[in-house]
Amino acid sequence: MLASMLIVFREVFEAGLIVGIVAAATRGILHRGLFIGGGITTGVAGAVVLAFFAGALSDALGGRGQEVFNASILIIAVLMLGWHNLWVASHGREMARQMKVMGQAVAAGETSLIAMAVVVGVAVLREGAEVVLFLYGIAASTNEGWAALLLGGALGIALGGAVSLVVYAGLVAIPIHRLFSVTSWLIALVAAGMAGQAAAVLAGADLIPSWGYQLWDSRWLLSQDSVPGRALHALVGYADRPMGVQLVAYIVVLFALIVGARLIAGKSGSPDRSSGRSATPFRAS
Amino acid sequence: MAALVLACLPASETAFAADVVTLMLKDHRFTPNEVNVSAGERFRIEVENRDSTPAEFESSDLRVEKIVVPGGKITVMAGPLKPGTYKFFDDYHPDTATGTITAKPKE
Repeated sequence: MLASMLIVFREVFEAGLIVGIVAAATRGILHRGLFIGGGITTGVAGAVVLAFFAGALSDALGGRGQEVFNASILIIAVLMLGWHNLWVASHGREMARQMKVMGQAVAAGETSLIAMAVVVGVAVLREGAEVVLFLYGIAASTNEGWAALLLGGALGIALGGAVSLVVYAGLVAIPIHRLFSVTSWLIALVAAGMAGQAAAVLAGADLIPSWGYQLWDSRWLLSQDSVPGRALHALVGYADRPMGVQLVAYIVVLFALIVGARLIAGKSGSPDRSSGRSATPFRAS
Repeated sequence: MAALVLACLPASETAFAADVVTLMLKDHRFTPNEVNVSAGERFRIEVENRDSTPAEFESSDLRVEKIVVPGGKITVMAGPLKPGTYKFFDDYHPDTATGTITAKPKE
């Protein structure tokens, strides 16, 4: 039971982190629970469908179907995270002010919510199909003790949910006027990490050049398989043996999001510098 | 996106001419479970699943992770490796389905 719990938990851990960040980043936007819940539900449904077609997907595109699919949904998530951050750059200041004044949810921001629902859906879908196949394998095998294994799997999923709650609770403890600055940084780093992963997946399948298969090996310092390594991998894109193209994708996306947000924030917020400053994304103070 | 990927496919077929390691999964065990490859070269691993349940061929050492459905066969690329021994396993049956790839310097 413990073994199956750990296997499932390892798969849902990253999705749990991302759901927690998205929930915190959309704090104060009306109906966000509906959108996040919708993203999770769609992700789970998609994972079941994906698991069903896993064989066909694997054989597609000359045997590279899984890789192309994984990279594609990662790229979609990067675009959605980027869109959200740029949206916050232009609206975040006003949102934070409204929330301070009225202490309630802001009705604006549905387009950004759709983007974040897609991110949640993708995060769940990516690892979800593997969990579905694992649990199906247990249920289909004639082993005795499959009930305990399934229970372990269910506990693993519950633990992933607990990770979401812990991340969310940690982030919303940050004062509201600083929250969006923190979540913007986190989302930019998550997006950069996902872009790097997408590049690494494509280079791993020889679909794009790797520009160096291993720039460095920092396993002695922090292995990407350890729990802290996995957390840093999901949160800031840590890789213990990155490829060249992975690092380039990471830097390009991070740079584009930071510069883009600054440009937008600089343009849109001039009349209200004094009161809204702290809600500007990527402000260090 | 898809067009870009498809455009890349023909060019990379040459990479598939590399060394091939063929593994078979049966009763949640790999055959063979110890394989040698040349260090410093990219190579191809083929995994065939003859069990009735899904498997996930995985190796953090080799940085690969791929689902193999029952009766299915997958291909992953790995390397170039420094000389040494690298572990792989079926993530769904890590107790029994394990093996190693040893990269040896070329003579």
